[in-house]
Amino acid sequence: MKNSKIFWLLSLVLVLSAFLAACGGGDEKETGTDKPDDKETAGELDSEQVLNLMESAEIPTMDLSLAEDAVAFNIFNNVNEGLFRLNQESVAEPALADGEPEVSEDGLTYTFKLRDSNWSDGTPVTAKDFVYSWQRSIDPATGSPYGAYMMGGSILNATDIAEGKMEPTELGVTAVDDNTLEVKLERPVPYFMSLMSFPTFYPQNEAFVTEKGDAYASNSDNLIFNGPFTLTDWDGTGLTWKMQKNPEYWDAETVKLETINWDVVKEPATSVNLYNSGEKDRAALSGEFAMQYANDENLVTDLEPTVFYFKLNQERKGEKNALANVNIRKAIASGFNKQDLVDVVLANGSLPATFLVPTEFAFDENKADFREVNGDLIEFDAEEAAKLWATGLEELGVEEVTLEILGGDTETAKNMDAYLKNQLETNLEGLTINLKAVPFGVRLELDEAQDYDIQTAGWGPDYQDPMTFIDLFVTGSPQNKMAYSNPEYDALVESAKGELATDPAARWEAMAKAEKILLEDDAAIAPLYQRGAMALQQPYVNDIIKHPFGGDFSYKWAYISGK
Amino acid sequence: MAKYIGKRLIYMFLTLALIATFTFFLIKILPGSPVASADKLSPEQRAVVEARYGLDKPLPVQYFDYMFGLVQGDLGISINQFKGAEVTDVILSRMGPSAQIGFQGMLLGTVLGILLGMVAALRQNTWVDYTSTFIAIVGISIPSFVFASLLQYWFGLKWGLFPVALWKDGFMSSVLPSVALAMFPLATAARFIRTEMIEVLGSDYITLAKAKGASGSEIAFKHAFRNALIPLITVLGPMAVAILTGSLVVEQIFAIPGIGEQFVKSIIVSDFSIIMGTTIFFSVFLIVVILLVDILYGVIDPRIRLSGGKN
Repeated sequence: MKNSKIFWLLSLVLVLSAFLAACGGGDEKETGTDKPDDKETAGELDSEQVLNLMESAEIPTMDLSLAEDAVAFNIFNNVNEGLFRLNQESVAEPALADGEPEVSEDGLTYTFKLRDSNWSDGTPVTAKDFVYSWQRSIDPATGSPYGAYMMGGSILNATDIAEGKMEPTELGVTAVDDNTLEVKLERPVPYFMSLMSFPTFYPQNEAFVTEKGDAYASNSDNLIFNGPFTLTDWDGTGLTWKMQKNPEYWDAETVKLETINWDVVKEPATSVNLYNSGEKDRAALSGEFAMQYANDENLVTDLEPTVFYFKLNQERKGEKNALANVNIRKAIASGFNKQDLVDVVLANGSLPATFLVPTEFAFDENKADFREVNGDLIEFDAEEAAKLWATGLEELGVEEVTLEILGGDTETAKNMDAYLKNQLETNLEGLTINLKAVPFGVRLELDEAQDYDIQTAGWGPDYQDPMTFIDLFVTGSPQNKMAYSNPEYDALVESAKGELATDPAARWEAMAKAEKILLEDDAAIAPLYQRGAMALQQPYVNDIIKHPFGGDFSYKWAYISGK
Repeated sequence: MAKYIGKRLIYMFLTLALIATFTFFLIKILPGSPVASADKLSPEQRAVVEARYGLDKPLPVQYFDYMFGLVQGDLGISINQFKGAEVTDVILSRMGPSAQIGFQGMLLGTVLGILLGMVAALRQNTWVDYTSTFIAIVGISIPSFVFASLLQYWFGLKWGLFPVALWKDGFMSSVLPSVALAMFPLATAARFIRTEMIEVLGSDYITLAKAKGASGSEIAFKHAFRNALIPLITVLGPMAVAILTGSLVVEQIFAIPGIGEQFVKSIIVSDFSIIMGTTIFFSVFLIVVILLVDILYGVIDPRIRLSGGKN
């Protein structure tokens, strides 16, 4: 029968394709090491300057005042610009400001002169654009998540305005004339220049925002730019957009790239496949892929200034627990092998953390890393941990302690917490650890209610200064939901924010002392690791600059050579 | 018939109202705040944000506001995924790709599955039958993300026959995701058709038809196949809804701007209005498909009456 032959053939094709597919998983590594032939031409610009990149999530908003996530900040850092910008060494340098500002003797008034620069529609950027933008972001009616957070306690009257006690027009920022901006502070802010590079402090064009009304920032047609690139082809909710070189940008000469094509790719394996197919020029690696491509010659590793640590809650829902004992906390903080954690469990370029303020993040006037002051504070020492543990148990009058580790529900988080449970139970006799893995939203609620014993938490900086980390654990801080309070620590932080603000050396010393108290004397938290990030990057891509805070990357200096 | 459909339509609206109510209150007991950065906002700012989305009103008021909007076709605005975007716009822009790969996957899977099931039944206990069963087992037991990953790797990356991912090359971009989605309906259809046809082929009226001299193809298509279709349609209806409304994993693997992936993310970030909007949208889809399936029963088998009464 004729039909049966067709069915035969069909079945055969299906079986064969299933078989081929099933055999296929093994040698991905081989493709990973495929290299473009020409690597020698770096330095000469290709005629086509197009970069193809991926992002891990959609853009939630492009309204500067409402932005609060990494994706939006990364875009703002490339399509808009503020008074200062992080340079190739991630140091804040004048951008729209025409040179360094004039600072009053008391460090409370900054006067910026603006350079001549334009919005993408050709109209000039003026001091009024900054005033409008900052006032819009601090106005409670805007509901800006970062407005009060970034300006409160720094810019004059910001806190009162955010709380509705004053009008936004009373904010300490004035347009003296079109090219002169005066900023009044509430207290001297030693890291003020780095703040000026943060997107929340960028200007907004009042005429444009008002004209667009509700449509403002709803898609790329309803946006205006003053940075190296413009955003195009973004429909407001889609998975794709572009950046085009902005001819109106004051430093357009430096910008080499003509176009950056963006696609949202959420699946790590897919991004690696797109990279290997040559469609994309850079792919972030996570988890198993970081291990798989650890020796790839196109691997780039960045150490991020994000630190992860155990929060050791001393009062669970108002009742003291075993962690209220300092020896118990110290035993836990030194009772697990951090090197193995980063080498074996994470394997993504992370560093073992013996500190709160990350390494390669904050530098003093002599460019010395903050870490050089305190060095390593809490290291792994199983023997010492066991002794401290025994002392702690004795002080508590118990032989066994059961604690819970509250952590994230991602695969990496679960693996890490399982490893730490094993380490702590092995090194500290009589300790039982229960693991609780929950989604992020639930973790925040449990944190808020202080309903946990130990919590795996992390922090990335909001500005380039140790204070962004040190400040987290003062009494009553929203991040300090673990009943930790040390008046000496609070006083040191207060002095670093107040009277020492104009004495950099003493201020540095005070923050270092505070960190030492937090970790060595009190073991209030137990540092785990400083996060590393790995990515595959095509060899013809040059000078993508990674920054420690604000927008993650700058493409202003990037170029294609030898593709 | 008209009376039956009218009655069903009334039930459909009631069901929908119940689903909307149930989902609304379930969402409200979800942990986590839809205001993503609540900890960074002052109480005054938080109040502004909550007022903007009506979250400051008492729960019953929020419920009636929502239902009132719903009746007018207003699904609200996204709270944190796409600040201020209309939920209807989000759903409509994401529905196209999901529906396209879903439809293609369903069509491909069902047609191939039916053919495979028929040939297996007609060649019972031969190697054709065993192969068909093997394919059905593979299709049922291996999750679609495995197929998706393998198809992407071999047909996309290794052989370069189709795009690796992304929704940029029109029909070509939809081929691999559709094939990945087709595996489950293919296996299900093959299994159902084989079982039903074997049963039907052994029944008296087929013996009678054979005795009357009906040809092989006449028996297979006119008699056996038609009767075997009824149970298949019962399972294919809801399955079609599941596939057409988007598959989280397949959309994510092929970086397709689909609705399935969107729905899951909205739950993770507690974006109430998108969760509500997509749930209602999916429910409408499911309810309509169930009605269509019921009507189809009558078309396929005239013995099934939609309403009692006249013969």
